[in-house]
Amino acid sequence: MEDFLNPAYLASFFILVGIYAIFTLGLNVHWGYTGIFNFGVAGFFAVGAYTTAILTKQPATGDYSEYIGGFGLPFVVGVLGAGVACAILAFIIGIPTLRLREDYLAIVTIGVAESLRRVFLNEDWLANGPNGMIGIPQPLHGLVDPADYNYVFLPIVAVILLLVYLAVERGIRSPWGRVLRAIREDEVTAQASGKDIFAFKMQAFVFGAFIMGIGGAVYAHHIRAITPDTFTPFFGTFLIWVMLIVGGSGNNKGAILGSLVIWFIWSRSDWLLNHVPADQQARMDYSRNLLIGLLIVILVLVRPKGILGEEKRVSVYVDKEHPSEQAHLAAKASAGEDAGDSS
Amino acid sequence: MAQLVVNGLLVGSIIALGAIGLTLIYGILKFAHFAHGDLMTVGAYVAFFAFAQGGSRIAPLSFGWSMIPAILLAMIVGGALSVGIDRVVYRPLRKKKAGFVILAIGSLGMAMILRSIVYLVWGPKQHFYVSGVQKAWNLPFDIKIKPDQLFIGLAALVTVALVYFLLYRTRLGRAMRATADNMELAQVAGIDTERVVLWTWMIGGALAGLAGVLLGIQSHLMPEMGFIFMLPLFAASILGGVGSPHGALVGALIVGVSQEVSTEWISPAYKPTVAFVLLFIILLIRPRGIFGTKV
Amino acid sequence: MTVLEADGIVSGYGEVDILHGVSVLVDEGEIVAVIGPNGAGKSTLLKAVFGLLKVKKGKVVLQGEDVTNLPPPVMVRREVAFVPQSDNVFPTLTIQENLEMGAFISKSDFKRSLEEMYALFPDLAARPHTRAGKLSGGQRQMLALARALMVHPRLLLLDEPTASLSPKMVGEILTKIHDINQRGVAILIVEQNAREALNLCHRGYVLVMGRNAMEDTGQNLLASEDVGRLYLGG
Repeated sequence: MEDFLNPAYLASFFILVGIYAIFTLGLNVHWGYTGIFNFGVAGFFAVGAYTTAILTKQPATGDYSEYIGGFGLPFVVGVLGAGVACAILAFIIGIPTLRLREDYLAIVTIGVAESLRRVFLNEDWLANGPNGMIGIPQPLHGLVDPADYNYVFLPIVAVILLLVYLAVERGIRSPWGRVLRAIREDEVTAQASGKDIFAFKMQAFVFGAFIMGIGGAVYAHHIRAITPDTFTPFFGTFLIWVMLIVGGSGNNKGAILGSLVIWFIWSRSDWLLNHVPADQQARMDYSRNLLIGLLIVILVLVRPKGILGEEKRVSVYVDKEHPSEQAHLAAKASAGEDAGDSS
Repeated sequence: MAQLVVNGLLVGSIIALGAIGLTLIYGILKFAHFAHGDLMTVGAYVAFFAFAQGGSRIAPLSFGWSMIPAILLAMIVGGALSVGIDRVVYRPLRKKKAGFVILAIGSLGMAMILRSIVYLVWGPKQHFYVSGVQKAWNLPFDIKIKPDQLFIGLAALVTVALVYFLLYRTRLGRAMRATADNMELAQVAGIDTERVVLWTWMIGGALAGLAGVLLGIQSHLMPEMGFIFMLPLFAASILGGVGSPHGALVGALIVGVSQEVSTEWISPAYKPTVAFVLLFIILLIRPRGIFGTKV
Repeated sequence: MTVLEADGIVSGYGEVDILHGVSVLVDEGEIVAVIGPNGAGKSTLLKAVFGLLKVKKGKVVLQGEDVTNLPPPVMVRREVAFVPQSDNVFPTLTIQENLEMGAFISKSDFKRSLEEMYALFPDLAARPHTRAGKLSGGQRQMLALARALMVHPRLLLLDEPTASLSPKMVGEILTKIHDINQRGVAILIVEQNAREALNLCHRGYVLVMGRNAMEDTGQNLLASEDVGRLYLGG
């Protein structure tokens, strides 16, 4: 346990928790609030990371690396740019797919993520192909000794996470957010109330994607080197889903808690590896995957609502116990028929 | 080009075996079984484990007689494993009337478990059933075909024919189709739908196991092999119309041929992307698929 | 001899109760109709009897045997058949295959039952290998009926068999139902088409808001002013 309490380790640990929490919040907007089953998070992860790399790095030197862009822009531009790139991607994907029923949407998102991964892998001119982008600059780098850099980066991540959290909370408690909840609970009724369901879904999709882009960018700046293999379905999508389900989907605090719990389990379970001879280590890595897989299956059977469970009330007017009534009331509320809503 | 089409038909027939199982499960249980690809992987590896490189070679094939029991074992394990997983994971969820997402996540979790076990037991390296290169036969139109590939094609064809026979000429098969049409009505008519579900998993799992072995013969064994196959599998099922076995077959052949023919113009690394694009297009213009009935 | 006795049935969907203690009786050889306004619980009653919905209070007794809450496949084995109002055939199966599904657990000879059905329903006999999905509404209804008869039930439960049928087909279906009854099958029929149902039946029940409101012979109910005013509209 000693090494866990080592401050350097803790800093790194919490940075990753924070990054994953950002992703989980984004996924919460998609699935937890709107009911969009996005199983291609890894795609947004990759696009966010690569975008910031392209924006913030210096131009390619051509000898051993080749990629577009390299504008040397500051961190903030990189992160926001990543968000925008993902938002645009979501918009493009969303137009044809958000009308699909949820299982088809899931398969499509898987396909998009996988296709994006292949593009990054094969199109060497784009982002250096399999070698990926290295040497991604870090904000405020010169401030401290490189060994202590994580202490600088951690507060940066924390601030970004806080901003994202506030944005999502605000969004979800607004009339806009109530409509999203209504759509998730009972799309048919929500539709009957006259709202343009598609527009709302698209907005949620784009908003969540924007957040995921930010997460990807922050990740890239943390680990400084990314390749297409960084964004595997496991790390880029599956783990984030596990975090959301564990913490409680439809619950922002749950999203953050889930990230903490799962990342803790993940990173601490490598003590398993320490007891295994070196040549077997590659294999034993997968024992952690197995653990996570088991965890999610058990969770789904025993407590699909997660630790904190779904939020009971989004507003005073909405009651989880009677879904169609909730949808109806939520739709009504957002149409402005209730005055003086004070959530 | 003709060679590519032939290759495509071959890959397509392997896809078909997986897709038919997938579409049956999708049609009868209304459930997108995301662990199907990894079931194929398990089948392939089980055959590898059982296939002690033994038995004299059945010339001109690359493998020996022991492949036959190995294949059977893969199918049995595939079927048994599927039924077991259903009993432990999916059925309790069905009883609780869990929504699509919970089931999907459950199956993705199972996929992860299966894949991890394969990694743990056999490691991440590639394996081959038999080493060495096989000499291909030369056919007209510049087509080369390896004897192994002919075996694969025939095995797939025979199996598909058997599945058809089951579905259209036996009472169980008709009960399966009836349950796919309307499970509640099937119960109203007195059909034991739990038995139908059991058989669906057994058949779907066995087909996946077989598909895995054939894929292994065709290329090689990797723990990711089944998962990579998922996009073509789903594309084929949805393209053909979910729940329709001949849809799955036709869809699979279309996907297989398209994938192979596409290499004429784009990198082979994009083959699953081709499958995905086909899937995407059909969802846009005719979501019910070629043979699907209106939802 | 009483075939079916449903006593004090409380049932509904999930938490919501639709039936608040309904009782009906069907004697051997009878056609019993259940009519009433929308939402009265008529279909709910049939489903509760057949085991499709949970009976929370009350009993269902079939020829002396307590069959409360037995699931549908078990009820079928007890020679009770149910014809749902809609989605009552298997669309991708042919007529013949549909009938075969009806006889799935039947002990009697399938071929003979099939011939009987084809004799009773000549329209179906004409094209036994047509997919059920391609049939017209009236033909589908006939097929649904025939499917249910394949088990030679002693009790037939019909949920609004004339719903969305043309007037001509309504007449044909009702005639068929009458014929089936003549062969000794007891029938419990729920109908929106109150006038026709009362004409056909021996006895009728009027359900309102999940409770028994009236009970009498079919003719008496037809003649009754109250019933005429409230339910016989068209």
